[in-house]
Order: sequence, then C-alpha cells, then structure tokens
Amino acid sequence: MIAQKETAPTGRSGQSPQETFVLNLGPQHPAAHGVLRVLMTMDGEWITRAEPVIGYIHRMHEKMGENRTWAQFLPNTSRIDYLSAMHYTHAFVGAVERAAKIEVPPRAEYVRVITSELNRISSHLVWWGALLLDLGGFTPILYAFEDREKILDLLEGLCGARLTYCYYRFGGLCNDVDDAFLNGTRKFVQEMRPRLGMYRALVTDNIILRKRLTGTGQISAEMCRKYGATGPVIRGAGVAYDVRTIEPYSVYPQFDFKIPVYPECDSMARYLVRMDEMEQSLRIIEQALDRLPAGPFMGKVPRVLKLPPGDYCYAVEAARGRFMVRIVSDGKDTPYRLKLRTPSFSNLSLYEEASRGMILPDALAMLGSLDLVIPDIDR
Amino acid sequence: MSASLDRIAERFTQLLGQTAVPTRPPMPVSVATPAPAASAASPTPSPPGPIQRTDHALKGYDLNVAVSSRQVVLVAEILDQEGFALDAITGVDWLAQGEMEIVYDYFHPTASLRVVVRARVPRAEPDLPTISSVFPGANWHERETHDFFGIRFQGHPNLAPFLLPEDADFHPLRKDYQP
Repeated sequence: MIAQKETAPTGRSGQSPQETFVLNLGPQHPAAHGVLRVLMTMDGEWITRAEPVIGYIHRMHEKMGENRTWAQFLPNTSRIDYLSAMHYTHAFVGAVERAAKIEVPPRAEYVRVITSELNRISSHLVWWGALLLDLGGFTPILYAFEDREKILDLLEGLCGARLTYCYYRFGGLCNDVDDAFLNGTRKFVQEMRPRLGMYRALVTDNIILRKRLTGTGQISAEMCRKYGATGPVIRGAGVAYDVRTIEPYSVYPQFDFKIPVYPECDSMARYLVRMDEMEQSLRIIEQALDRLPAGPFMGKVPRVLKLPPGDYCYAVEAARGRFMVRIVSDGKDTPYRLKLRTPSFSNLSLYEEASRGMILPDALAMLGSLDLVIPDIDR
Repeated sequence: MSASLDRIAERFTQLLGQTAVPTRPPMPVSVATPAPAASAASPTPSPPGPIQRTDHALKGYDLNVAVSSRQVVLVAEILDQEGFALDAITGVDWLAQGEMEIVYDYFHPTASLRVVVRARVPRAEPDLPTISSVFPGANWHERETHDFFGIRFQGHPNLAPFLLPEDADFHPLRKDYQP
C-alpha cells in the first residue's frame, strides 16, 4: 500500500483545511485476491471514494473465441473463473447445444449437475478460507483445503484436471463416470455433512466473526438490481434470485433443494448464504446419485459443427452468480461474436457506491464477502 | 408471469409507436443519430418487426426489442420501472452492413423474464446516449463496450480505457482491427 497525500486548499467553510489522501490498494496485495487494484480516497480511516481499477489480467477471451472453432473454445471456458470451471463450461456448451438443437442424454445432464455442485462446494470452500484469512483467522483455510482436496481428487479422476476441468462436451461429457467416482462422491457427501457442522461451531457461531461481519457492508436489493449483482450477493439482500430455479436449465427442476436467502443485506448475510448453499449442494448431489440414469453419456453431434445464424443466450448459476454466454453465429464453424457476462464484474461494479463512508477494515471484509475472482472480472 | 410480459410488450408498443411519430418533424440537433429505419429494418440476423416474442428454450430470452439509438434511455426507464435488472451491454460489429449493434440484456430478479434490446448505429459515427443515469451498473458495461468497439456513449462520466491498457487507442473487437 502506498499512501499519497493530497491536500485540498481549504474546506467548504474556508476555515479548516480538508485533508484527504489516496491509498493505493493492490494490484499486488493479499486482500485484493489477485491483481485487483482499488484506488481509495481516504478521510482518515473513512473511505470517501474507492475506485476499482481492473484489467491487469485481461486476456480477451472474447476475441480468442472469434478465432477458433466452437469446440476449440471449450478449454477457455475453464480459465475465466478458474474456481467455477464446470459452470462456465456448462453455459458455453448449453448455448451451443441450444443453437444447434443437440439433445443431451439424461445421464450426461445428471453427471453435469453432480460435478457442477461439487465444483460449487469447492469454490465456496476457497472463498471461506480466503475470507477468514482476510479477517485474520489463519486456521480455517487449512480445514477448507483438506475438504476441497477430496473434491479435486474426485474430479481429477474423471477428467484429469484439478482446476481447469473442461469436462463437458457439446452433447454430453468427455468421459463417463466410473464406480470409483460414484462411490467416492457418496463417501464425500457423508463426510462433508459433519464437517459443515464443525465449521458452524468453530467459525460461523464465533462471536468475533459475528461482530466483525454483522451490520457492516450493506448492499441492498435495490442496489443489486441497479448494478446487476447476482449470486450470494443478491440472495444476501433478501431476493431469492437463482438461475437454477428462475431460468431453470439442465435437470435442476427435478431436484428438491432450497435457495438460501437472508434479508439482512450485510456481509454476514452473504456469508450465511454461501454456508447454507454448500449444504443444499450436498442434497442435490445425493439425489442425483440416487437417480442417476443408465445410458449413453454423449448425444449425436455433427462432426463439423456449424450453428444456424442468429444469437443465442444461455445462463447458469455459477458459484459467484449469474454467468451468461451470448453467442452470435453467422452460419460458419467459428463464432461471429462471443459475449461472456461474468458475475464478478457486476458484483464488483457496485463496490464504489457500497463502500462510500465505510471504515477501511469493514470495506475489506465486504470485498471478501463479494467473493471476487479477478480473471473472471477481467476475462 | 405471462401477464407481465404482455404489459412490457404493450408498453414498448406504445413507446415505439409514440416516439416514432413526433421525432420526425422537430429533431433540431444531432446529425449523428441514424434514421430510425436503420434499426427497425435491420438485415439478416435480427428478423423484421421491432418487438418480438421469442421462445426462451430456443433463444435464451423472452422478448426481443429493436429500437433506435435515441430510444435506449426511454426503454431502460420502462424496464427500470418494471423492476428489471441490467444483465450486460455489449456490441456486435456488422462490418458488411457498415453498422454497429449495441445489445442490452436485462433479467428480472423475481420473474423468469429476459428482455433483449438492440440498437444500431452507423460504424462511422457510433454514438448513442448512455443509460448509466438509469442503471448505474451500465457505467462499467458501457466503458467495456467503448474499449472493445469504440462505441461512444454520449453523457457517460468516464470512457477512459478500462480493461485495455491505459494508453490504448484501438478497439480489438472491431472486425477490421489488425493487431
């Protein structure tokens, strides 16, 4: 952090000089979770303006998309939000399947749901550990990564990758699930439940954490709407907006699960939403494992894929909120235009307004409660 | 839910019907703004008719509205009153037709409704008003669209490079861009 003094000549009254200074947070700072930079104009310990400066890890995935075939873009989808790779691949294959009218066998859709929900839990575990690191608690991330490791091992067994899975294909999956994965996932679900109970006892109900997060970092439902914030941010503001139920996709309508909603609008509400979501994801996984249909894991897909001209959208509920792919095809085998609407971008865009007048430590806790992935913002 | 879609479609019909008539005779300023016909009768990708219901299962949205560049703010105000949230703003460069398309995506936080609003501007003069006064979230999306396509959003508070380097003077998603 580099502080730079900026002295305004005189205050409005003309008597006392008004002194603010600019605090440059990042782009290399532990609380910035990657290369996020925030230019903060401070009045003592209070923030008068916090302007996020982004683009440090901009790779222009959208341009890359225009220079390769539909299938060749698949690996990119795991690298936008690297903690939520399954969901992003799901949105892209969903958009292409919608445009080309490719039918996906039920078994593939069930496996997509299982792996997506596993990915949601692993993503939330990273957030949980990182947020508590920001708040000064070192131990929880060690527990979180122990559980996350089990998920990564399971998914590695399926597709060979621990983070950038690229497991879905147009019309299905690249591999069928085997017994090792199915049994391992069942075992994980059973082991994870008591772990969540332990997290609640150790951290969530801890008075220090409660005092730190409750009542600070207010983000109202109206602000979410105006900025397009989604995911746990809007659900922590009392709105049950979840793409899985509002714009249902895949086989999600067949499962019984709740959308956790907390109306308090503070950092604690967003925290609790994510903690409850992990439990709901376990429920979905369990149901999907029980009802996993037999059959093929790939549908019929033409060898050379050309999409009919027009534009098509497909949205999914990623770990951070609404992720939408908008593709524009001109009938060729490469996209004419590929737009990636990422949740972190919209969730961060409200930060300047939401952080005004907060003290710095609370604003950093709020930043942690937004669960940002910087490559997801910069694309 | 479908009643709500009906209402929005009706409000758009009123808007597009009303504004199309009085804007023609007075129009004192703005040479830059294109003729409304340019967006209404757009070629191939968007089929004719300014307001279209679409099948969500086939397209991923429920309502497709083509407006002139001057109407984007009015449309944003209607959607704001109806409780919509801003999803994204982006551009599409139709090089062959000499036009830039600006696409506004909206979603509804409590109803399964997706609305897409499109406006077209000439490539040579890609100007249209900002909607950031209606949806503050549009600020970043418009800045990004300016980065990638060079579309100038009139009245935008700050169109400086955003995702691109701070000295960038190029627009990489234009179809004639050469690195």
